Amino acid sequence: MAEQKTLTFALMDAPFEQSRTTTAFRLMHIAAKRGYKINVFAYEGAVGLPFNLQKPHANAVHGRSLEQENHPLPKDWVAALMRETERNGGKLDWVNCGLCVEERGAADAIAGVRRGSPGDFLKFAQESTNTLVIATK
Amino acid sequence: MKVLQVIESAYRATIEEQDDTVVWITHAMKGAGGDFTVLLRGNATNYAVLGQDASGIVFGDWKQSEPPRIDKDISALIGKGVDVYLVEEDAVERGLGNTQLVDGVKRVRRAGLPKLVAQHDQVWHW
Repeated sequence: MAEQKTLTFALMDAPFEQSRTTTAFRLMHIAAKRGYKINVFAYEGAVGLPFNLQKPHANAVHGRSLEQENHPLPKDWVAALMRETERNGGKLDWVNCGLCVEERGAADAIAGVRRGSPGDFLKFAQESTNTLVIATK
Repeated sequence: MKVLQVIESAYRATIEEQDDTVVWITHAMKGAGGDFTVLLRGNATNYAVLGQDASGIVFGDWKQSEPPRIDKDISALIGKGVDVYLVEEDAVERGLGNTQLVDGVKRVRRAGLPKLVAQHDQVWHW
């Protein structure tokens, strides 16, 4: 049996601002499908990705109700990836930078997200097959 | 594991953060036992310029008492044993060719980057 790979991602962008985060989630999705272990260190605005109070909305411009619009929420993407990794024998360990959380009042995260520090990111990287930084530009 | 931290995005939220967030996290991870080199490229080459002063921000009755001091943060990194490089051509393009830099910052030409990269296990581009 092949050795289980571990990938670490450092994300930095806040939700709903750009497409880098979507790309990161696409990459994580592939890794999840392959049963990889995935570590995420959410730094700065990225701690908002699993923020529990995100709410979907209807969209009058699109002419769609709340249900029809089915507005994407990054917190749901994180939860879905957690489920996907577990289904395939992997695990998604998501660490939010604690100081970044405090700056933003974003402590209310979905289940499975834990608070950490840059030391956790370093440990993730040291224990991983490889690490990808997707920084704010 | 030796990591090359390539810093390119510059002055992003440095007033609010009171520092550069990548310089900061490098300090933090160095403190946690990491082995890092920093490469300043693009606009971030300005981080190596000595004597930056971002003080004086006032909004109404709110005054910033502790502005970012990025040159000092770079100097402190060097003091902790982190090698800090600057891409020579990027600095020259920005008129920093003859500017006084933070003591200990090393200049590297673009042609020398492959050798620098090869000395590291991982490259993190911020």
